[in-house]
This record gives sequence, structure tokens and C-alpha cells, in this order.
Amino acid sequence: MNTELIGIIATFLLTLIIAIPLGKYLAKVFAGEKVWTDFLKPLETGIYKLSGINIKEQMDWKQQLKALLTINVLWLVYGFFMLIFQNKLPLNPDGNPGMTPDLAFNTIISFVANCNLQHYSGESGVSYLTQQFVLMFLQFVSAATGIAAAVVLFKAFRDKTTTQLGNFWEFFIKAITRLLLPLSVIVALILTFNGTPASYDAKDQFISVQGDTVNVSRGPAAQFIAIKHLGTNGGGYFGANSAHPFENPSYLTNMVEVMSQTIIPLAMVIAFGYFIRRRKLAWTIFGVMTIGLFMLMIPTITSELGGNPELAKMGVSQTTGAMEGKEVRFGPAATAYWSTLTTVISTGSVNGMHDSTMPLTGLWQLLAMMINGFYGGCGVGLLNYFIYLIIAVFISGLMVGRTPEFLGHKVEAREIKIAALITLLSPFLILAGTAISSYVFINHGDAAWAVQPKNWLNNPGFHGFSEMLYEVTSSNANNGSGFEGLGDNNVFWNVLTGVIIFLGRFLPIIGPVAIAGLLGAKKFIPESAGTLKTDTKTFALMTFAVILVLNALSYFPALALGPLAEYFTMLK
Amino acid sequence: MKKYIIQSIRLTLVLIVLLCIIYPISIALAGKLSKGNGAGEKITKNGKTIGYALLGQSFTKPEYFWGRPSAVSYNAAGSAGSNKGPSNPDYLKEVQSRIDTLLKYNPGLKKSEIPADMVTASGSGLDPNISEQGAAIQIARVAKTRKISEQKVKELVALNTIKPLMGLFGPSSVNVLKLNLALDNL
Repeated sequence: MNTELIGIIATFLLTLIIAIPLGKYLAKVFAGEKVWTDFLKPLETGIYKLSGINIKEQMDWKQQLKALLTINVLWLVYGFFMLIFQNKLPLNPDGNPGMTPDLAFNTIISFVANCNLQHYSGESGVSYLTQQFVLMFLQFVSAATGIAAAVVLFKAFRDKTTTQLGNFWEFFIKAITRLLLPLSVIVALILTFNGTPASYDAKDQFISVQGDTVNVSRGPAAQFIAIKHLGTNGGGYFGANSAHPFENPSYLTNMVEVMSQTIIPLAMVIAFGYFIRRRKLAWTIFGVMTIGLFMLMIPTITSELGGNPELAKMGVSQTTGAMEGKEVRFGPAATAYWSTLTTVISTGSVNGMHDSTMPLTGLWQLLAMMINGFYGGCGVGLLNYFIYLIIAVFISGLMVGRTPEFLGHKVEAREIKIAALITLLSPFLILAGTAISSYVFINHGDAAWAVQPKNWLNNPGFHGFSEMLYEVTSSNANNGSGFEGLGDNNVFWNVLTGVIIFLGRFLPIIGPVAIAGLLGAKKFIPESAGTLKTDTKTFALMTFAVILVLNALSYFPALALGPLAEYFTMLK
Repeated sequence: MKKYIIQSIRLTLVLIVLLCIIYPISIALAGKLSKGNGAGEKITKNGKTIGYALLGQSFTKPEYFWGRPSAVSYNAAGSAGSNKGPSNPDYLKEVQSRIDTLLKYNPGLKKSEIPADMVTASGSGLDPNISEQGAAIQIARVAKTRKISEQKVKELVALNTIKPLMGLFGPSSVNVLKLNLALDNL
């Protein structure tokens, strides 16, 4: 077996070795049990005091959501103005301009929502101040928001019947002090000592060996890249994201970065099981997610290692796989591995350009983002999966003719309605968004925007359609990667994707937390012979089938028009 | 509600101090101990910076090993890939012209020997490396232009080849800038 495949297998095994103990640790942290990081308590107490927070104050699910939304709205306002006025603020050594209002609107929603879709380029679109005080700040707090929301859901199922779901601020702050910040320090140091810049030095200039004058963008990148991955954010410090040799200098850093984006989403699943004292349930969920991951990953790797058939026709050797948009130090296997994880988990960072991947790879990337629940983003992945669980419970209940139950609580009309609405939201946003953009592209090609619609697409034909479909899908999934050929910095795309990201972030947080809150408050029904068990293989299969059917029905036509059509045209 | 607003504002301010000042500055200070003082490792010749160890640069002269095609002409202040789709006709024409250039400058080279990385643009436009095969097909040209033995060039290529991590993980590659500097120092 070659070293490229051994490399990715080792990466996955290492991820498991780290994520499983991390999950057990998180369960203890959020349950308030003793852990070895308790020496950080004084730091937390300090934060509580300075912020006027009393963590003994219990919140019900509505209060939790109020606190969550309040602070998120505050960040939206703060960041929007910082981005617009960055040219007038300090720490802008390269003299980059302020953002236009539509670009600032898009960027701030994108970072508050943990999406990190970027319509600006890191080298020229932001200053050191906004990179750190807005974007990097949001990478921490948006991830912590997702984790805290998931912990609220955990709380609802830990006790038999309860409306007291703990204190949102406590979960939020602990997610930073006990998880994101310490891990970021470790990852940032590894990156710095492998070559990633971390200092505040401005742009540099040199004369190359052949005599060309070259400008070099630098800056405090290592700090940013650490949390961009750990928090499943994905926004690059530089334009080329983790394909840039400064962001990702070697195969070692590549392993570290792809592992950092995977460990927390995996750990959250384990934490769920340990927290609610139903380990078997966690392992069942983990199993479904992992099988789903492999089903997306194996064909992706095969398709990239196979190379580009069009180039093969021209006589070029394809033994090294498809290399357009990829870096030699990673190779196609590690790039394909990354591309699956970054779309399955909602990171959206890239170490190779997705726009140049093979048509079937594009198909799997899109499908991974449409499902958005195999591991998924920090905290929110589990919330998305929870919706699939509720739908699966409901359908199973109908099939066997019993009232559906989940963890000892009756699932009734109100909860199902919420779950159904959240399930329908994704296809609605994705398909309507793609339809509107296709319509504008065809009928208003000359609209006087920064990029005219007729010039949006970097590639003709089916692939061009995929570029629009990918942009909208990525926005809804809060993923943030793109088929970057799309000319997206104009008022149309900034507003459209801004709105989609916002709805695609907050409704799928509100829905599951509300369902959990409602269920947790209901009378507990002890398990009996008639209970539908949710931690069995049968139920796992049922959930998998629900995920498959829902997504296939929703998206097959769109996928057929994009990547599938391109694939079959290339076969000719 | 009002309570949440005030708590949000205070908490945000506290976290800005922790996450945007203390954290990044500590890392920047630690970075001073790394190669290049945390500002990117430079390569100097006669006291002048001629490149960054991690960044590829443009090589077009026949006496140098060429790096990969770049969508941004190795502009290290504007990294990007080509974002060309695999079946885009314009893109395929571009690849064809790269193949022709390679064949023209490397007499005796067969099309089937050209590895994909030498005719496709990298993701960052700054890829510092090429594959071992990508270097192998250029050895004859470099040796001939510099009037040195192919054996000598082969040795230098081997010296500047980066093996898989711990000999086990990932591909091997050749660093173009370091290889070319080694050639110049002969």
C-alpha cells in the first residue's frame, strides 16, 4: 500500500485516539464533575465576575435561546461596523480598504454563523485588526455558541423530567476556557514552529532568484488557523486557505489541521452518550455517522486518485492523480480525505480547490453538505442529527403503530411539526436560492453589479451550474467552502448568501433546542417491552434510511443537473 | 432581556481581551523562538533576501528546474488556484500548451512521462514543490544547459527530495527553490 493511503488511515486512527477521550472529558466538564483542567477555574470565576454572570441561575430552553440570540446579535452589530471602518482604524499596515456595506453584511453574518464563507480575500480585504478582533474572535465564540446549544440539549435528557437546563453562559464560557482556547494554543504553537507566520510584521518584498519583484503577505496567521479548524469555522487567513504554504507548510501540519477540525465534532457525540448516561446510544449514533462518512469518502478518494480522464486523453501520465488545484506536498489522497471531512463537518477550509475536483468528487462534497449531520459542525452537527433522529422515531412509531417516544418522553405533534419544518428548511433554501441565481444569470446578465451576472461563472456548462449550487448549499450548511471560481463579491451574492447563512444557522439551532426543551419537560415514561429502543442496530439502520431518503428526494434533481450531468458528459 | 444585553456586552469585552489580545500576542512572542522569528523563514544570498523557504517562485529559464504552473504567477500577496473545472475547454487548451512547452524545451521527453503536477496549476499558486517524476523529466535539460553531468544533477535532486513523513505518511516531493540554489552554488 502506498504512503499516501497509509497517511490518511493513520490520520483517521489518530483522530479517534484523541476524540474519544476528549468526549469523555467534555461530558465531565459540562456536568461540573472533577477534571484535571480545574486549575482554570479561577479564570472562569474571573470572567463570570467581570461579566456580571451568576452561573447558579438556571435557565429554561426559552431563556437559553434568548441569551444565545442576544449575544449573537450584538456581535453582528459590532463586527459590521468594524469591517466597514477598518481602513480608519489602527493595525492596518498594508493599508487595506474598508468593506462595502453588502460585503460587510455577508462577512459578518458568515463569521457569526460559524460559516466563514469568504467573499473577500484575506491578503487584501481585511486588516490585522479585523482579522483578529472580529474574524478570529468570532471563530472562537461562534464555535462556543454551537457547543453550548448542544449542551443545553444534553441537559434536557440527563434528568427524567426537568425544565432547568443549566446556565447558557457557563456552557459557553467553559467551551472556550476548557476546550477551544487550550487546544488552540497547542495547535498554533505546532503551526508556528513548522513555519506559519505568527508575528504582526507587515507585507515584505524581495527580488527572486530570476529577478522578479515579489510581495509577500504575512501576519498573525498561526493563531487564526488553529481556531479556524478547532472551531470548524474554516475561514482562511490567506486567500488560498489551507492550500497556502504559510497556512499549511507540510504534511505534518496538514495532518494536525485536518485532525483539529474533526476531533470536537466526534467528541461531542461521545460526550452526549456519557453525559446522559446512555453510552450505547452515543456509539450507535457514532456508528451511523462513521459509516456515512466512509460512504462519502471512499468514492471521493477513488475519483481523485484516478486523475482527470480529459488529461489522460491528452497523453499526460495520471499516476499521481488529479493535480489541478492541489499541492504536491499533500497529494491527491490527503486532499480528497480533507475535502470529505471539511464538507461532512461544516468547516469549509480547503487544502485544494474544490472547483477543480472531478465531477463525482463535487457530487460527494455537495451531498455531504446537504446531509450536514455526519458529525457536523461544533455542536450544531449533533443538533442537525437530532432532527433526523426525531423524524426516524416518528416514522418508526407510525410503522409499528405506537406513540413515538424518545428517551422516555412522548414525541407529539408539536415536536414533529418543528422537526418537519427544520427538515424542509434546507431544501427550500438550497433549491430556491439556486433557482433565483440561475434565473438572474439567464435573464439579467447585464445587471450593473460589481460582477455582472453573465460573468459570474468561471466554467461553462454543467460545471457552471454546480458553482452556483455549491455556493448556496455551502451557505445553508454554514460550511463556507466554495467553488471559488464563482464571481461572488457583488450585491446579489452577498445579500442572497448572507440571508441563507443566517436562516440556515439560527433556525436549526432554535428548532432542536426547543424540541429538547419541550421533551425534557414531559412526564418520564419508564422503559417497557413496548418501548421503541433507539440504541439498537435496527433503529440505526432506520435513521440511516431516513437520512438517505430525505436527502435523495430533496436534492437528486439538482445534483443531476450539475455534477452528474458533467460526469456523464465527460464519459463520452 | 435587558439583563442579557448588559451581560452580553460585558462578556464580549472580557473575551476580546482574552482571545484577541492575550492569546495571539502570547503565540506571537513564542513564535520569536522559531525559525524566521515567526514572520516566515527567509532564504538569503549575499545578505539579500531571495525568497521564503516555504513559498515557491517562478522559474522559467532552461538552466533552472521549473516549478508548477501558477494561476497567479507566484504572487505571494494574492494566493489562489485557477478554479478551472476538469472539463472546461479553455482549460484543456491551456494544459495542451503547457505540454507543448515541456516537450519543446525537453527534447526526447515522451508525453506519457509527464506527470500531472507539471501541467496543472497548484491550489495556492505558490506550491514550492514538484513530484519526483516532475524533477526527473527535467534533469537532462538542466544538465545540458549548465554543461554538467546528469549524474551530478541527479544527486542534487536526490538531496533536495523530501521523503514521506517518517518514511510512512504522504507523498514525496522535490523543493524547487532549494534545488535551484544548490545548482547555482556548484
